[in-house]
Amino acid sequence: MKYLIIGNSAAAAVGAIEAIRSQDRTNPITVISDEPYLAYSRPLISYLLAGQVSQENMFYREKDFYENNRVEARLGEKAISVDPESKSITLETGEKLFFDKLLLATGGTPIFPEVEGRDLEGVFTFTRWDDVQKIMEFMARNRIEKAVVVGGGLIGLKATEALVERGIKVTVVELADRILSITFDHKAAAMVEGYLKERGVNIITDNTVSLIKGDNSKVEKVILKDQREVPCQLLIFAIGVQPNVDLVRGTSIRVNRGIVVNKYLETSVPDIYAAGDVAEAFDLVMGIDRPIPIWPSAYIQGTVAGYNMAGLPREYGGWFAMNSVDICGLPTISVGLTVPPEDGYEILEDHHPQKLTYRKIVLKDELVVGAIFIGKIDRAGIITGLIKDRVKVSGFKQHLLREDFGLVWLPKEYRKHMVSGVGVEV
Amino acid sequence: MKEIFVRLNRCTGCHSCQLACAVEHSASKSLFAAITETPRPRYRLYVELGNGEKVPLLCRHCDPAPCLEACMSGAIYRDERGVVLGRDQSCVGCWNCMMACPYGVVGWQKERRIAVKCDLCPDLEVPACVKACPTKALVYAEAEEFTGGVRRAAAGVIARAAAAGG
Repeated sequence: MKYLIIGNSAAAAVGAIEAIRSQDRTNPITVISDEPYLAYSRPLISYLLAGQVSQENMFYREKDFYENNRVEARLGEKAISVDPESKSITLETGEKLFFDKLLLATGGTPIFPEVEGRDLEGVFTFTRWDDVQKIMEFMARNRIEKAVVVGGGLIGLKATEALVERGIKVTVVELADRILSITFDHKAAAMVEGYLKERGVNIITDNTVSLIKGDNSKVEKVILKDQREVPCQLLIFAIGVQPNVDLVRGTSIRVNRGIVVNKYLETSVPDIYAAGDVAEAFDLVMGIDRPIPIWPSAYIQGTVAGYNMAGLPREYGGWFAMNSVDICGLPTISVGLTVPPEDGYEILEDHHPQKLTYRKIVLKDELVVGAIFIGKIDRAGIITGLIKDRVKVSGFKQHLLREDFGLVWLPKEYRKHMVSGVGVEV
Repeated sequence: MKEIFVRLNRCTGCHSCQLACAVEHSASKSLFAAITETPRPRYRLYVELGNGEKVPLLCRHCDPAPCLEACMSGAIYRDERGVVLGRDQSCVGCWNCMMACPYGVVGWQKERRIAVKCDLCPDLEVPACVKACPTKALVYAEAEEFTGGVRRAAAGVIARAAAAGG
C-alpha cells in the first residue's frame, strides 16, 4: 500500500497524515509539494510580513513531523499530471510515481487579473510564503511609503494590517460597495472600515484598478475605473483564491468549481481523494457542495480523507464558512450565513458602534444559520456549536445575545448531548 | 488520563475555582501579587450562574478537539497523555479557537495576543481549581473511577428510595 499526497498546504495534508498514521504505522507515505518549505501555515504570511512571527514559527507542526511520521517529503518538486488509469503521477522532471491511494490537497491559487502593467516590479499576489519573501526583498531594496491593496476581503485586510504595522500608508481598493462583503453585512463592514480609517488606511469601494503605471519597470501608481490616480510603490492583489485544479483538468476526475467529492471525500475516481481548498465538499448551512477556503474544514477534510485512505470508513458531515480575524487589534468573527439572501429569516442584533461591538445572529426556521461578532467575541463558539449541531432555539433564543450568555442558558438535553461519558454533565 | 469532573448539585457558585485558576496561571502564583500584575492573570474555567443554575464549565480536552482543528498556527496540540494544550510562543491571537469551542471555554489574554485554555495545571498534582473547591464539586479522577462512583451513588439513591417506598 502506497499513499501519495500532492500539496503541502498545511491543514489538509497534515490532517491526512495524522489520520493515516493513527491507523497505519507502516505503509509508505510520500508528500509532493512545489513549495520548498516544510508544512507551514499560509494564514501566517501576513504575520511574517508584519514582523510578528519569525520564520521559525511559520511551521504548522514540529520540524521533525515528517520524519516522526515516516513521511517521505519531496519538497520543491512539482507534479504536472495525474493518470487515474495507471494510478500514477508525473513530476516536472519526468519522473513517474505510482500510488494505491492518492490525496489531492493542492489548495487554491490567487486570482491575478489581466490588468495592463501587472508585470511591473512591485506588484504581488498574497497567498504563499514566497510572496512575502519577494515583498520583503523588494521592500529592502526600495523605499516604500505608499501601497495599494486590491481587495478588501480578509486576506487583503490582513495584508493591509501588516503594511500599516511597517509604517506604510495603505489604500484599499474594493470592487463591492463595502469591504468584507462576502463575510460581513453593512453594519459590520462600516465598523471595520471606520476603525481602519482611524488608523490612517484609505478605503475606496465600488472601484477597481484598470491600469498600473510605472517607470524604470517599477510600479508608481494605479489608475482606477473612475480615472482616479493613486500613487504607490507597492501593489498587492488580494482579490481571492480559486481551487487549484490544473492538475486534474482533462482527466476522468470530475471537476466543477473545485474537485467534486462524495461524503468520504473520494473523487469520481476510486482511491483518489481531495481535501481542503481544492475540494468541493458539503456546506451544511447552504445545503450544497462548494469549496470553502477556510482552515478548520481543510484540516477536518484532511483527517476524514486520511481515515478513508487507510481503510477506516469515515463520513464528512459537512462544514460551513467561518472566519475569525483580528484586524489591527479589532477581533472579528463571521460564521455561516450573515446576510439573509431573501425574506423568511429572523435577525437578533446587539449593535454598539461607539463601543466598537456588534453581535448578530441569523435564524431560519428556529435554527441558527449565521452569526457576526465584532469586539466582543467571548463564548462565540457556543453559537458556532448551535449551527453545527442544528439545535432548535425556540424557547431560549431570547438569551442568545445576553451579556452573560453561556451554556447555562441552553436546554439541558443539548448540554448533555454535547458531553461524552456517563455521569459527565454540564 | 485524569480529568476534572463536575458534581453539579454541589456547586454553590462561589467562584473560588476561578480565583485559584487565575492565581495558578499568574506570573507570581500568589494571590496578593497576582492582583497587581499586568496584564491581569486570566482564569480558564467559567462558573456560569443563571437560569436558576450554577454550572462550572471546563475544557473537556475533546477528541477530536474543535479548537485544535481550527488552530491555524499550530499552537494548539495534544500531548501524549491526551491533554489539549496551547503553546504561547506560537499563538498569534487569531481567535479561531474561540470561534470553534462549543463550550466557550477558550478565552484570551488580549494584551498579549494569546488565547488561554485549561492546561490541567502541569506543575501541580491536583489542578488548582479542584483543590480550591470548598464543596468538592470538582473531582480530579480517571473517567472509570469517577463514573463508577456516580453509578454507586445512583444505586444508593435507588436503594434508599426502594427501601423508603417498601
